[in-house]
Amino acid sequence: MLRFLLNDKLIEFSPTQADLTVLNYLREDKQLCGSKEGCASGDCGACTVVLAEVSETTGNNKPAKLHYRAINSCITFMSALQGKQLISVEHLAKGDKLHPVQQSMVDHHGSQCGFCTPGFIMSMFALYHQDIDVNRPVVEHALSGNLCRCTGYRPIIDATLHACANKKNKQIDHFSHNEQQTIEQLQSLTINENDDSHLLTPTNRSSLAAAIKAYPTAPLFAGSTDLALQVTQQLKQFERLISLSNVTELKQLKVQDHGLMIGAALPLSDIEASLLQYFPTLSELFSRFASHPVRNQASLGGNVANASPIGDMPPVLLALNATIELDNGHTRRSVKANEFFLDYRKTAMQQGEWIEGIFLPFLKNNSHLQAYKVSKRMEDDISAVCAVFNLELNNNKVVSLSCGFGGVAATPVSIDLDTLLKAHNWSDAATFELGKTLLSQSFQPIDDVRASKEYRQAMLVSLWRRFWLQTNSHSQIIATRVVQIPTLNVEADHA
Amino acid sequence: MRKLIASSANTQLPSAQIAGKSHKHESADRQVSGQARYVDDMPEPANFHHAAVGLSQVSSGIITSVDLSAVRSSEGVIDVITVEDVPGHIDIGPVFKGDPVLAHKEILFNGQPIFAVLATSVNLARQAALKAKIIIDASAACLTIADAKAQDNYVRPPHFIRQGDFATHYQQSQHQVSGELIIGGQEHLYLEGQVSLAIPEEQDRMLVYTSSQHPSEVQKLIAEVLGIKLHKVVVDMRRMGGGFGGKETQAAQWACLAALLASRNKVAVKLRLPRMQDMQATGKRHPFENRYTVGFDKLGVIQATHVEINGNCGHSPDLSDAIVDRAMFHCDNTYYLADCYIEGHRCRTNQVSHTAYRGFGGPQGMIVAEAMLDAIARKLREDPLTVRLRNLYDDKQRNTTPYGMVIEHNLTKDILDKLTTSSDYWARREAITQFNATSPIIKKGLALTPVKFGISFTAQHLNQAGALLHVYTDGSMQINHGGTEMGQGLHTKIGQIVANEFGVPLSWIEVTSTRTDKVPNTSPTAASSGTDLNGKAAQNACITIKQRLAELYAQQFNADPTTVEFAGQQVNCGDNSIAFVDLIQQAYFARISLSATGFYKTPKIYYDRTTGKGRPFFYFAYGASCSEVSIDTLTGEYKVDRVDILHDVGTSINPAIDIGQIEGGFIQGMGWLTSEELLWDKQGKLISNNPATYKIPAIGDTPAIFNVALYPRANDEDSIYHSKAVGEPPFMLANSVWCALKDAISSITDYQLDPQLPVPATPEKVFWAVQQAMDYRVKTAERHFESAERQVESAEQKA
Repeated sequence: MLRFLLNDKLIEFSPTQADLTVLNYLREDKQLCGSKEGCASGDCGACTVVLAEVSETTGNNKPAKLHYRAINSCITFMSALQGKQLISVEHLAKGDKLHPVQQSMVDHHGSQCGFCTPGFIMSMFALYHQDIDVNRPVVEHALSGNLCRCTGYRPIIDATLHACANKKNKQIDHFSHNEQQTIEQLQSLTINENDDSHLLTPTNRSSLAAAIKAYPTAPLFAGSTDLALQVTQQLKQFERLISLSNVTELKQLKVQDHGLMIGAALPLSDIEASLLQYFPTLSELFSRFASHPVRNQASLGGNVANASPIGDMPPVLLALNATIELDNGHTRRSVKANEFFLDYRKTAMQQGEWIEGIFLPFLKNNSHLQAYKVSKRMEDDISAVCAVFNLELNNNKVVSLSCGFGGVAATPVSIDLDTLLKAHNWSDAATFELGKTLLSQSFQPIDDVRASKEYRQAMLVSLWRRFWLQTNSHSQIIATRVVQIPTLNVEADHA
Repeated sequence: MRKLIASSANTQLPSAQIAGKSHKHESADRQVSGQARYVDDMPEPANFHHAAVGLSQVSSGIITSVDLSAVRSSEGVIDVITVEDVPGHIDIGPVFKGDPVLAHKEILFNGQPIFAVLATSVNLARQAALKAKIIIDASAACLTIADAKAQDNYVRPPHFIRQGDFATHYQQSQHQVSGELIIGGQEHLYLEGQVSLAIPEEQDRMLVYTSSQHPSEVQKLIAEVLGIKLHKVVVDMRRMGGGFGGKETQAAQWACLAALLASRNKVAVKLRLPRMQDMQATGKRHPFENRYTVGFDKLGVIQATHVEINGNCGHSPDLSDAIVDRAMFHCDNTYYLADCYIEGHRCRTNQVSHTAYRGFGGPQGMIVAEAMLDAIARKLREDPLTVRLRNLYDDKQRNTTPYGMVIEHNLTKDILDKLTTSSDYWARREAITQFNATSPIIKKGLALTPVKFGISFTAQHLNQAGALLHVYTDGSMQINHGGTEMGQGLHTKIGQIVANEFGVPLSWIEVTSTRTDKVPNTSPTAASSGTDLNGKAAQNACITIKQRLAELYAQQFNADPTTVEFAGQQVNCGDNSIAFVDLIQQAYFARISLSATGFYKTPKIYYDRTTGKGRPFFYFAYGASCSEVSIDTLTGEYKVDRVDILHDVGTSINPAIDIGQIEGGFIQGMGWLTSEELLWDKQGKLISNNPATYKIPAIGDTPAIFNVALYPRANDEDSIYHSKAVGEPPFMLANSVWCALKDAISSITDYQLDPQLPVPATPEKVFWAVQQAMDYRVKTAERHFESAERQVESAEQKA
């Protein structure tokens, strides 16, 4: 039995269909047709809704707050709603009075055909409730998962800036007004995992192990942003599913002595602040990881377990020499990232195992980490090539050099630049040339819809060149990027 | 006696001009609050089921067997139909034959619908559709323009336009340059996919809700496939979630299939395509491969031009004849091509039948003109803007288009001059040249390009429109017209026109859904014509009722009815004045009809296809844009940094809506030229078949600096309030982005090379063009080095 608020109504819901999406629930079961289906694949954002949940406030005396996040309802299964408030576009206006983000959209002529509009409104609404300074890059970040085919976005950017940027103008909306009451309601919505649901929601290690034992073929998922595509795009039907989203052990984020331990089921947006605090140069890659609403659902564990050759984070894990922490309820074991990805979408995980967390060792003081992604579009696109380099220098001599690549082989891969270049003088052109030769010979990429094999091959060298240029201390400072991704503000209570 | 609603004569609004103001979109409040209803959102009628289609997995062949038994026995299935089950016509080609409603014996493209299934839920219908066993005797598919030309495979005969004597003047030209341009198509990616809901009514009558730009054609085709007359079918269209041309002819098939299933089973049927099927089974912007050969003098002034235009039409004619014509009509853009020869070929391939898309072939023609001008400029080492200015149509001579239309009221020169100043083109040109000299990796590019776009359907009969106006006894009104609302703000403008005519508040006007039972035989909402045609028709309906009211009021004072004015909710005649509502109520009691139709047809236009001469356009809309880009020569990635636009909409009826069309059109055009890449595999299957693999511009692609201004000048022709059409022309403003990318690449060669950059210029394509430029630079340097060496050698020999 799932318990959640649908707008202001308490819902107790026993899913008879494990793979029901939140969008179909809203449109078909509840006749709330404001949220639209544009693609059913999380690429357009017309289905965007907002989930409000009570923020964790461990270790301080701050009052509980509601945290609002936009998600793609078309690729979200119902278990994501447990204990949360599902807010749909119909609930924003109070009677005839539009919500400030809605009024601003009207005033700035931000809707034309109107089909993408409810989704934009919901992303704007989530931003309205973020306690951060809002400027244009923040707006672009918040709306990166919403496509509009009519306006060219300018009026939508203006509408969002107007509604969200000026804190003094911000009115207390009925959500803020009812915040404490909503929090109390949500806190009473405890999970009940004892019923015979087709959508299992274990809450700890042992109940997860039991669920897997009972239903060994039921797929595991956290954010469902990938698994749901099999339902909406390939029409696959899942009799039973096991959600990892409520498993306590998988939702920890720990700063340890030598690195970060990231719970496998944490949404990416929940790890953003810590990850970028210790690995600030991942900012661009992270902000280009799918889209904002997808990062609000998707997990690092899912990205790793899928073992897609074009996943954004596996190359990072390879370059950082991360370890994947596996568990089966009895035994925990660690697998090095470079031993984890075995073949196309095949990993070192065994039947009954799940990923508990991913350990990222901290960078050395004299380390240079850069992550590059080349795609047709900046926002919400999949890499043609992803390259991550992690270089440690001492007196301009290479101490270590690890790397990871996506889009160039059947799995995320690494090559041994370290042995080749160890102790070389980094600023020597010959060092660059040595690496270039190895990179040009190591992969046989393929042609596909994103790029030709020749381009991929060329990019390996180009990105190596960019890395060499950017990290070369005594070379002249030259512009090497057409885009500057600003370090984004992340809401304080998630830091 | 009927009691009338009390009038509210003393609640006067200030008499502001309603037309010309930036009123919000008529549906804006409902759109932002999720109340705006699209076809898929309509409350379920009784006895309601869902349809799905089964698509061909091969591109070409003969159907040898269709086994649908597993589909029929699939859970929830009610009915399955193939082309054999169609009682009436099976061909739904809009102009020419060639588009069977379901595959008929032959498979024409990968993704062609072969059967339709009806089931109790969407999911069950789609699941069932996967279970068909269809055997196709596959044949070699024709998948490229080159193959089609080699096989003499065309959907329609070619068309030729000639002016003067190309061959002679080309020979005599001081300089010559030629080139080829590969131009990709474009997926519409309307956010609302194709959808129709058919509800059977009494006996054989049918009511259909559809998302279509052309309800009258949907009505006709449904009647034809059902084998009934048109008056039994009503098509209702309130709004589309985007159209862009993709719902002009492409919406009909799904409406016909829904109606067929509804008619057979006497149940309401909804057919909504999932996105991937929508992208596979519906037509796109035509890919083109065009060539030019141009002769010019030492100043770069064109003396002779030959343009060969080859449209990839897909498997059937659809609208391709008019689309390739429009490409031909626009390959001059704003430039005098002098003695010229333009040929247009309509190639048949085993792809989905390519169709209308904003610009309708115009963009694929116009881009050739810009490619040609860039090539001339590089050859002469001149700035492309200088060469563009030297080639503009003149006012008196050199002012006839290749198709014999004299260009009157040419605004190009003035718009270019003003934009050159406001965008600070020359200072930025200098700054960019300096930047590039010191930046080895990042290169900047700048380009300023004009647009001239012909307004009218080139099929003359389509240039007509009707409207139906009802005035109610409280003064409120309903206006219905033949145009459809797809987000472009047509209904808002029509509402403004009606309110303006009567001098009443906009809130008194309701623009109702487009319905074939209110205004018959309408034209598609296309060719940017929506407001021009329907606005005039609506105005004519208003004038009819105003005339009746004016006569009624003027006779009370023995005054001349032409002196009666409607303003500020009042009707004035000399010193006399009456509240509008009071006069309406008087008219009702005086038994004067308060309902009227309005009609309009565009004057002046004609075109003779046998001679390739005429005046196909009522007028031209003009504009210009200036784009600055930065490219990363390591990867080919780029960013559009700044865009300045000056665009001509005549007298704007609604500046906010017009600017919305300009900005939206520009970004959509930029998508076509940059990131939107349609790709088919070697067997002819579309592989960029969802928004994960087909990338339209996202929010970060909007230029950080985006200055858009309207050019303040009334249309010289008698269009509605002397406004100009705005739907399509701004799309081609994006040409400056493509030219700026080429400019940035050319900087690598010190602006000597005109780089070959196909459309769309994805980062990969830019990267290869950069490589080409770098190779050129190396070779040039080698040549310089060799010639320097030779000079040294000869100097040594002399010594």
